[in-house]
Amino acid sequence: MTTMTQTAPSSAPMASEKNVLLSVRNLKVWYELRKWGFGLAGYVKAVDNVSFDLHEGEAIAIVGESGCGKSSLMKAILGLVRPHDGQILYQGQDIFAGGRAGLRWYRSQVGYVQQDPFGALPPFMSVRRILEEPLILIGMKNREERLARIREVMEEVKLSPPEDFLNKFPHMLSGGQQQRVVIARAMIRNPRLMVADEPVSMLDASVRVEILKLLRQIQEEHNLAVIYITHDLSTVRYFSERIFVMYAGKLIEKAPTDELLWHPQHPYTLALLNAISDPDASNARKLREVPPGEPPSLVSPPPGCRFHPRCKYRIEGVCDTEVPPEFEARPDHFTACWLYDERFADRRQALEADLQFD
Amino acid sequence: MSAQSSTSAQPVLKTEDLVLYFRTTKGVVQAVDHVDFELDEGRAVVVIGESGCGKTSFAKAVLRLLPRNVDTYTGRVYLDGEDIMELDDEEFRLRIRWAKMSLVPQAAMNALNPVLRVSDQVAEPLLIHDRQVTKEEAFERAREMFGYVGVPESFLHRYPFELSGGMRQRVAIAMALITRPRLIILDEPTSALDVLTQANIMNVLKKIKWETGTSYMLITHDVATSSELADDVAVMYAGQMVENSDAESFFSEPLHPYAKMLMAAVPKLRGDEELEFIPGQPPSLLNPPSGCRFADRCPFRFEKCDEDPPLFLVGDRKVKCWLFEKEAQGVYGTQPAVATGD
Repeated sequence: MTTMTQTAPSSAPMASEKNVLLSVRNLKVWYELRKWGFGLAGYVKAVDNVSFDLHEGEAIAIVGESGCGKSSLMKAILGLVRPHDGQILYQGQDIFAGGRAGLRWYRSQVGYVQQDPFGALPPFMSVRRILEEPLILIGMKNREERLARIREVMEEVKLSPPEDFLNKFPHMLSGGQQQRVVIARAMIRNPRLMVADEPVSMLDASVRVEILKLLRQIQEEHNLAVIYITHDLSTVRYFSERIFVMYAGKLIEKAPTDELLWHPQHPYTLALLNAISDPDASNARKLREVPPGEPPSLVSPPPGCRFHPRCKYRIEGVCDTEVPPEFEARPDHFTACWLYDERFADRRQALEADLQFD
Repeated sequence: MSAQSSTSAQPVLKTEDLVLYFRTTKGVVQAVDHVDFELDEGRAVVVIGESGCGKTSFAKAVLRLLPRNVDTYTGRVYLDGEDIMELDDEEFRLRIRWAKMSLVPQAAMNALNPVLRVSDQVAEPLLIHDRQVTKEEAFERAREMFGYVGVPESFLHRYPFELSGGMRQRVAIAMALITRPRLIILDEPTSALDVLTQANIMNVLKKIKWETGTSYMLITHDVATSSELADDVAVMYAGQMVENSDAESFFSEPLHPYAKMLMAAVPKLRGDEELEFIPGQPPSLLNPPSGCRFADRCPFRFEKCDEDPPLFLVGDRKVKCWLFEKEAQGVYGTQPAVATGD
């Protein structure tokens, strides 16, 4: 675990030297809204102009509230929805360019860890069948070979001895064991990339730590690239090297983990961090500051910066009309907020005063 | 506030030797096992523990919301000094449940009736429990409660599906508040919500507590968020109460080994502590070990742990662990007296 906290800051500059594994370019995932079943009535812009690079062996976290589009982004990356516009390049190739066969190969390169392990495992299949199916799909014909691979992966996720679990059904396992089966299923085809959608949110505190440590260990051993999707900023530090914060379909802040936790730049990130409790008795004596209102509708998001109606630092006439570009507020730390434009440097002081942490 | 003055007064809620066992096809599940517990007026206690430790069953035992497969349900529950276990079911329903103690159930936001307007649902408990109240007065009170919990009045006549998750959760809290109960039991009130909504709901609960002096019992597995409301902390493990302390002392230094290890598993936003998990699994409640139930996973285990420890009083704190036998001032509760060995 010590390695977790140590690798996080040091690997950030290294990341740019590594190969880019997955590159998302101006991705738009828009869902059509139909009027009376036909006739276009507009779009739900779940993911709007998102770009980022993921390097080999790098773990990133995408953080946002429900309805911010993080699941749509994930589905596009898994090749489950076709983007409205933009590209997803895996090792330089557009994942949708190769047709069905291409997608099939791409999906064998990607492991997917679902949020709710019980819901993700078919209740009528034994652990053995659950883990065997992906191998059959990639054409591993030899029974013994399949079983050997299953045993190997089960040992790796610490479901050992495998014999105790092979013939069990999901309901016979505890939550932590179920999640281990899900991870084993994601790992069984030796993927290069793993997408983990809130892998620990349904688990108890102690089990949560076990699973986070396991994921980190697997990631390091296999030099696996990981996209960790979560709403819980307090667990990302133990797992990811970079954090992307998502709000209303856009990535509003991208930074290395410790940098983001200690020096958040965007007012929304600051609000998220301020809302998280560390266990401390003094919490009960004070109210937490929470921005008013709720995230906007993705059908007709507010013009300009999408956070401006809830933002107490907003600049009238700018934030409510012009979409903020990405500014490099600090080295390797990007944020989409007008306060970092040189023109508004004087307006930034109010925010900077609130950015002091101890 | 009232918390200091009430230490000598009688507690709002007190349980003595509370037992709730369930019958299942595999045997008897000892969900709540001899729990002694008290909560002073105007204070909030958080009951923390992992899933399956009996914390929800404990709340159900207090509220007498029992499923059909109850095997044993014994002990005493005192509300404001009155023994409510003596009451028959009808009287309990009329005078206690929702009149003096109300509940915000787990996933309350999905527990609202989808075909009734939220105003009707919020006013309903008042109309049932207070025969003098007219419909108009009840709606007026519902409006007032909406103000408390921060739901705009224009939402009164909406249906649940027209409200967001956070708003529905607030409506459920308004429903629990409307009869001005002495005690509100909240079962995982924020666990399905986003971080910002969570912080908002916690703010609402704090304000209500400061303004009305209502006592809370908050049941949760989320230790970090629980500290937002806690005056006292009660830790449950395998159906038993293993520690009961004031929040100040608990969050700076938990006593029971399980509580210590649980706290070490809670991620902190910043800082470099390493996270630790607790090896092994909690014992089955079908046939729990006769000694300390945490012994198998405990790094401090010694011979004595084969016997069931009592709740030792350490200062104002109570802890069910033999390690504290020496420094304890005594034993709390009704459990069989310990034979002092020497």
